[in-house]
Amino acid sequence: MAKDEVILLDFWASMFGMRLRIALAEKQVNYEYKEEEGLLNFKSPLLLQMNPIHKKVPVLIHNGKPICESIIGVEYIDEVWKDKAPLLPSDPYERAQARFWADYIDKKLYDSARKIWGTKGEEQEAGKKDFIECLNVLEGELGDKPYFGGDNFGFVDIALIGFYSWFYAYETYGNLSTEAECPKFVAWAKRCMQRDSVAKSLPDQHKVLEFIKVLRKKYGVE
Amino acid sequence: MSGVKLLGINGSPASRRVEWALKIKGVEYEFIEEDLQNKSQLLLESNPVYKKIPVLLHNGKPIAESLVIIEYIDEVFEGPCILPKDPYDRAIARFWAKFLDEKLPAVWKALWSQGEEQEEDKKEAYEVLKVLDNELKDKKFFGGDGIGFVDIAANFVGFWIGIVEEATGVVLVTSEKFPNFCAWRNKYLNCDQVKENMPSREMLLGYFKSRVQAVANGPK
Repeated sequence: MAKDEVILLDFWASMFGMRLRIALAEKQVNYEYKEEEGLLNFKSPLLLQMNPIHKKVPVLIHNGKPICESIIGVEYIDEVWKDKAPLLPSDPYERAQARFWADYIDKKLYDSARKIWGTKGEEQEAGKKDFIECLNVLEGELGDKPYFGGDNFGFVDIALIGFYSWFYAYETYGNLSTEAECPKFVAWAKRCMQRDSVAKSLPDQHKVLEFIKVLRKKYGVE
Repeated sequence: MSGVKLLGINGSPASRRVEWALKIKGVEYEFIEEDLQNKSQLLLESNPVYKKIPVLLHNGKPIAESLVIIEYIDEVFEGPCILPKDPYDRAIARFWAKFLDEKLPAVWKALWSQGEEQEEDKKEAYEVLKVLDNELKDKKFFGGDGIGFVDIAANFVGFWIGIVEEATGVVLVTSEKFPNFCAWRNKYLNCDQVKENMPSREMLLGYFKSRVQAVANGPK
């Protein structure tokens, strides 16, 4: 049997890329990390070839075949490397709930968060409000469980935790305190950060802030 | 509370997708038509996050979001497979279903667009259709030789667009621009599964024509 070749085409600050890094780490899969270094200014030929439709990172490439969209990539990883560290629950109903919440995070969180660092005035205020509301809804879903998956770290935790590395930026530019607004969320995030797979996959929050500074200049927000 | 209930709307593509999946599996279910102007307590309790249809209730437990529901149906009920078995094929199927859902608003917008915005909106819609046209180049259906998960997800572009185009007079889909898409659509509309699982064309046409009238009459 040929050896598995796994490549992750990614960008260090991408909370979507972090999902795949964490999933691969949980499964202890060896892979080659390829940074799209010039992401702000140009897209590499490899990226354009592997994700011609969206032209976005991350892209998981398994034996030369690309899988685009991070949530789809995490499910793929769970299905292919199924003999250890299950990421999705085994019960179909619980699985449906996990997929629902991962989809909710994708639909709601990024756009509202983007408004916090990427806009000003009324639009930014609206973004802040939506962002906090989103986190509060997620806190409701988390309840008293240690993880969204229950006792075990899993799919929804993986879908969400990457955003935590952007929190210092959200707090700075949004002038908000996530500890005050969503303490349960912060407690959950810190719990996740204790896992090796997460700690190794998330960048330093100050580094992210520096990156956002560059983004804001680029988009003329400053 | 046992059994299967579906909170939906006759004329909704998302709702019809779920019914299609239930029929593939031969599942008996109770269909409850919701009134979006007067949502039922059951709907509000079953989908507190979005308060939208469709919602599947299986032995009283709710699942929302049509693509999530279809995957659940595929896993829980016996019968023909809806998603492919191979993990890579599954990932591709999920990718296209997501693409369709994400791009639907752009196509919808172009169908109802007027005035200055129309050209720009149409351009966006054409981009979406071009991608779909490309994907269908060497295929009979999105699922390959037979109807699959993505074809079910594609009911809006396959069935609804043509009807709305007729009602609004906005033409997006032509065989000159999108030959593969049109070829797919012809087979799609003529296959038994689609004929059995879509609402009445006349009913939908009548509904959209009245919407066009309402827009023409201006805001109240």
